[in-house]
Amino acid sequence: MLDSLALAVSVPLIGALLVTAVPGRVQGLGLLAALATLATVGLVTAEVWQQGSLRSDLGGWGAPLGISLAADGLSAALLAMAALVALAVSVYASGYFSRGETETHFWPLWLLLWAALNGLLLAADLFNLYVTLELLGLTAAALGALTGTRAAVEASLRYLLVGLLGSLAYLLGVALLYTAYGTLDMALLGAAVRPEPIAGSALVLMTAGLALKAALFPMHFWLPPAHANAPAPVSAALSALVVKAAFYLMLRLWLDVFAPLVTPWAAGLMGLLGALAVFWGSWRALRAERLKLMAAYSTVAQIGYLCLFLPVLTALPAGDAREDLLVALLLMALTHGFAKAGLFLAAGLVQRSAGHDRIDDLGGTAQHMPATTFSIGLAGIALIGLPPSGSFVGKWILMRSVIESGQWWWIPVILVGTLLAAAYVFRVLSRAFNLEPTPRRFVTQARTEVPALLLALTSAAVLGLAARPLWRLLGFEGGL
Amino acid sequence: MMTSLLYGGAGVILFALGLWAFLVYEPLLRKLIALNIMGSGVFHLLIAIAERGALAPDPVPHAMVLTGIVVAVSATALALAMGRRLEDDDDAR
Repeated sequence: MLDSLALAVSVPLIGALLVTAVPGRVQGLGLLAALATLATVGLVTAEVWQQGSLRSDLGGWGAPLGISLAADGLSAALLAMAALVALAVSVYASGYFSRGETETHFWPLWLLLWAALNGLLLAADLFNLYVTLELLGLTAAALGALTGTRAAVEASLRYLLVGLLGSLAYLLGVALLYTAYGTLDMALLGAAVRPEPIAGSALVLMTAGLALKAALFPMHFWLPPAHANAPAPVSAALSALVVKAAFYLMLRLWLDVFAPLVTPWAAGLMGLLGALAVFWGSWRALRAERLKLMAAYSTVAQIGYLCLFLPVLTALPAGDAREDLLVALLLMALTHGFAKAGLFLAAGLVQRSAGHDRIDDLGGTAQHMPATTFSIGLAGIALIGLPPSGSFVGKWILMRSVIESGQWWWIPVILVGTLLAAAYVFRVLSRAFNLEPTPRRFVTQARTEVPALLLALTSAAVLGLAARPLWRLLGFEGGL
Repeated sequence: MMTSLLYGGAGVILFALGLWAFLVYEPLLRKLIALNIMGSGVFHLLIAIAERGALAPDPVPHAMVLTGIVVAVSATALALAMGRRLEDDDDAR
């Protein structure tokens, strides 16, 4: 019988090898591999939906020697989001890159990144997580430098170095954990970890390393230049997926592995950093001169929102309220994934058509490219958190839980962040609408505009209206 | 026990030295060497904990070090390639 978990990692990997071997047909083979990967991810999600969680030992070798893969509701939901975003990015890339060198370099790296991402979401032990984390960092840095301009190479080199520093800190934490408990399996570690100094040091090292990779304030300095200078499809993948992978791992560690160690103070510190990220990221997004830079700073702010959940999750006892909050966290992460990918893809089209992406000179974009402007608007709805987007439901539950757990001081953060998000989104939209003539056609280039539009639409309408299955996927009873 | 403590402690010190050098020095080559020293520190620690007295050494940390070396080599190569690209740019001006 075929193992869906192994397929989800190996199919994009085989695709990467194929497009490297046959550079003449990269586009067709690449799109084929993207569709096949989406199918395998769909299989994983369906199996998790039916069975709750999956685990497989590759080659029949279990822990500690073998490599195990595991999936539960959280990883399946992120896996599915990543696959949908990645398919949209693939279709967009096939229309965005002109035939030539850039295209033959893009596809192998892109499929390799996808394989690393799937591996990270499915890995069941800490060392394989390290390997996939490094693979993700290497491919992401290489993709970011794809245009070969000086600014892009400089930003990607800094991204690479910072990422290496982060993963070495993580690796030292892994070594400490192995010293203390003699296992790397997350489930076994979760049962064995006790509150003692060596586990505490490991938690600090791993969290610091991952926070660096997830660009949590004040370690976000590398993100805006790296994401803003990459080609549009790459920016979309970096901002929507790669940063979130590091956050996913951090969440796993805090909730599953180190749960007995997490004190309210430690979680409060993460919340504080998250709050500062919301303020700083939103403020810089509002002041940004370029559309892609605005989108990149907005990612800094959105990672901040995700960290705001940590102190509230720690404070709530196990039960319905905590389960709702976990779903809300997932909903925020998924919505941001779709919205930010859509926004970056649309920004790339604006940049290509106008020759620049200076927000102040965007006049008439709405008239020239109605579908693209509509995508930016829809993605904006999701970034602000207006109904019916998924982030509206997410923020709503977060506010409710904040009040229930008595930590009212997070509320002003959410309110100010939302207000600033509204300001930076409307700043772009107001500039886009100042030319008079009527639009000729809604969609000008279907292959690139439709993926961006669909991603933005998913973030703004679908996730909020159809959030209920997420409860079921995570194995919870409740719902809205 | 004493030897493994010595080796492990040396590994942690190497990691700290590498971290310091990475943060302090600007040139790319020095940063890369610093990162590799940090990595060697972690590998040191892993080799030290593999020792189990009379028993055969634990193979898992050894496998981790081997994988880690492969990762470190590829990361260094990519960083050097990017650094060279930037230098070629400078020369062309």
